[in-house]
Amino acid sequence: MTIGPTASQTANTIAVGALANAQPPVSPRRQRSTGVVVASSITYAILVVLAIIYIAPFLIQLATSFKTDADATANPVSLIPETWTTAAYTKLFINSDFPTWFKNSIIVTLFVTAGRVFFNSLAGYALARLHFRGRGVVFASLVAVMSVPVVVLLIPKFLVINQLGIYDSYAGMIIPLLTDAAGVFIMKNFFESIPASVEEQARIDGAGTFRVFWSIVLPMARPALITIIILSFQGSWNELAHFIVSTQDPSLTTLTKGVAGLASGQLSQGSQYPIKLAAAAIMTIPVAVLFFVFQRRIMNSSEGAVKE
Amino acid sequence: MSKTTSRSRRSGIRRGEAASGWLFTAPVIILLGVFLVVPVLMALWVSFSDWGGRGSPFSSGVNFVGFDNYSAILSGGGLAEQDFGMSLKNNAWYVVLVVPIQTAVALGLAVLVNRAILRGRGFFRTAFYFPSVTSSVAITVLWLFLFSTSGAVNKVLSWFGINGPNWFNDPSGIVHNFLGLFGVKNGPSALTQNSLLGVSWWDWLGGPSVAMSAFVIMAVFTTSGTFMLLFIAALQNLGGDITEAAMMDGANGWQRFWRITLPQLRPTLFTVLTLGLIGCWQVFDVIYTGTKGAPGKTTLTPAYLSYKSSFIDQDWGQGAAIAFILFVVIVVFTIFQRWVLRERGVSKRRMRLYQPSITAADEARTDNADSKGALR
Repeated sequence: MTIGPTASQTANTIAVGALANAQPPVSPRRQRSTGVVVASSITYAILVVLAIIYIAPFLIQLATSFKTDADATANPVSLIPETWTTAAYTKLFINSDFPTWFKNSIIVTLFVTAGRVFFNSLAGYALARLHFRGRGVVFASLVAVMSVPVVVLLIPKFLVINQLGIYDSYAGMIIPLLTDAAGVFIMKNFFESIPASVEEQARIDGAGTFRVFWSIVLPMARPALITIIILSFQGSWNELAHFIVSTQDPSLTTLTKGVAGLASGQLSQGSQYPIKLAAAAIMTIPVAVLFFVFQRRIMNSSEGAVKE
Repeated sequence: MSKTTSRSRRSGIRRGEAASGWLFTAPVIILLGVFLVVPVLMALWVSFSDWGGRGSPFSSGVNFVGFDNYSAILSGGGLAEQDFGMSLKNNAWYVVLVVPIQTAVALGLAVLVNRAILRGRGFFRTAFYFPSVTSSVAITVLWLFLFSTSGAVNKVLSWFGINGPNWFNDPSGIVHNFLGLFGVKNGPSALTQNSLLGVSWWDWLGGPSVAMSAFVIMAVFTTSGTFMLLFIAALQNLGGDITEAAMMDGANGWQRFWRITLPQLRPTLFTVLTLGLIGCWQVFDVIYTGTKGAPGKTTLTPAYLSYKSSFIDQDWGQGAAIAFILFVVIVVFTIFQRWVLRERGVSKRRMRLYQPSITAADEARTDNADSKGALR
């Protein structure tokens, strides 16, 4: 995830420069050009093989989800089902709790993403721009908190959620995820990278701190906000551990928890691979869409720093 | 930061900033405080108590038991110690394999994709990065299918005449299996008779189980894309002039990579290794979804064991204690890695610069060895 403000704005220029350098100005040896052709076709061949290895599992997954159980076991590699069937999808949507899981995942993801965008940018702005006693301490604690491994927090989180009486509720699923130290960090870095002159003008004109933040600074922060949206959407959609420790009510099961249950065979007898793979495929769709929409921003690190 | 502070603290437009500053950061401070700092302290208390999961851990019925939970895990001689030893062994092998392989694969992909002359760079980047986007649950489900006994992987292996293993049901260690090929079935008694944390040395050295190896492959598959992006960003930030100079001096592509490119990637390499190391010690989702520690406890990890002890076996004290030991393990490894990869100062490089007598080939070889050492 190298999106965002940390990437240098000049990266693009440098990349273009490197591109120009890659082709040596009038090579002294003529046979070199054949060498380059051979080398690049070898590179190309390696890349194609690797790409097939990386993509094939997903194609197999998709194909298998339209197969019958027997077909899936008999022909695990084939990309064309012997008989096309949407039985897996029908069963998921009509005869299982899958729609509930989907709904819960959407609710949690929307709230968490909105919360992180707001709270992270608010705190990031304060840490980057506002001068107050204790700012250094707040920032230092944030960095310390960032280094706490998430997995160590499983039991602790359960204890607090239980103690606060929000176990088995949307509150318990959402509130603990509403902010993350890394997101604050990203926002702070971004705000430090943009000039303060515009806001200072507004302040001189008498706008309050929140007003300046809300109507002047935040609109300028679009690239960083998109980074936060991508990260929190993906993070909360794919989150599993937190929901395991904060709920046990089946009506609050999210996709990750539900599909994990499917995988270990809680709801099905036999292998039933088509159903499991269909469930996994559907839960991949939202993040995949997000990924393809923001692809350029996610992948092209030099793009992320362009301020709109 | 500080210079602006001193300049403008008292000026008019800065009035009320202290209040807003605290107000703006308050939600984050409260949320992280309540759901991160307080819980850690609570869990620390639980790890020293005999709380059984009912009621509040602070109620009067809960007793302070000192280091009992920790000693049960570390020296109890019972099942708790054996499970913990097993989980450490599994995860240690996982780290030893995943961290170097994913770093090398990510770097390799980045270098290949970064060759700018190629068409379709975007396509390749997308292909390699996509597995990183999907959730670990979805990938694990897919992996259970691909690596099932009659699954796609074994099918493909059979095309090459290889009889694939029974992946997720095979608890045998891969080092043991390898030794078995040479007829070594039992270890020397020095190794089998002595044990650490309830696991014999022979078993410690047995390698990850075949089941765990499938998870190793999965980890490389899902993380190499993310790290590839980090390396691509770093590669694009490298100036072309040093490489060009080396080209003029007649260094070949291999030498340029080891002598010029890799040393400049050191900061990124450090980031990737550290992130990989920290991530690898926290394997939980895939174990919960996939195997729950089976077969034969060979995919048990400390993170999953901590969850299992608390939430399933209701042994909260031990679960919390495992979590804290894991915390220490991660911190120690991070510090160790920082120390290994520290800048070795200018002197060594200077020395090389002033010793033109060393042939380029020699240097390339030593550098090669150096970097391999650093990857461990």
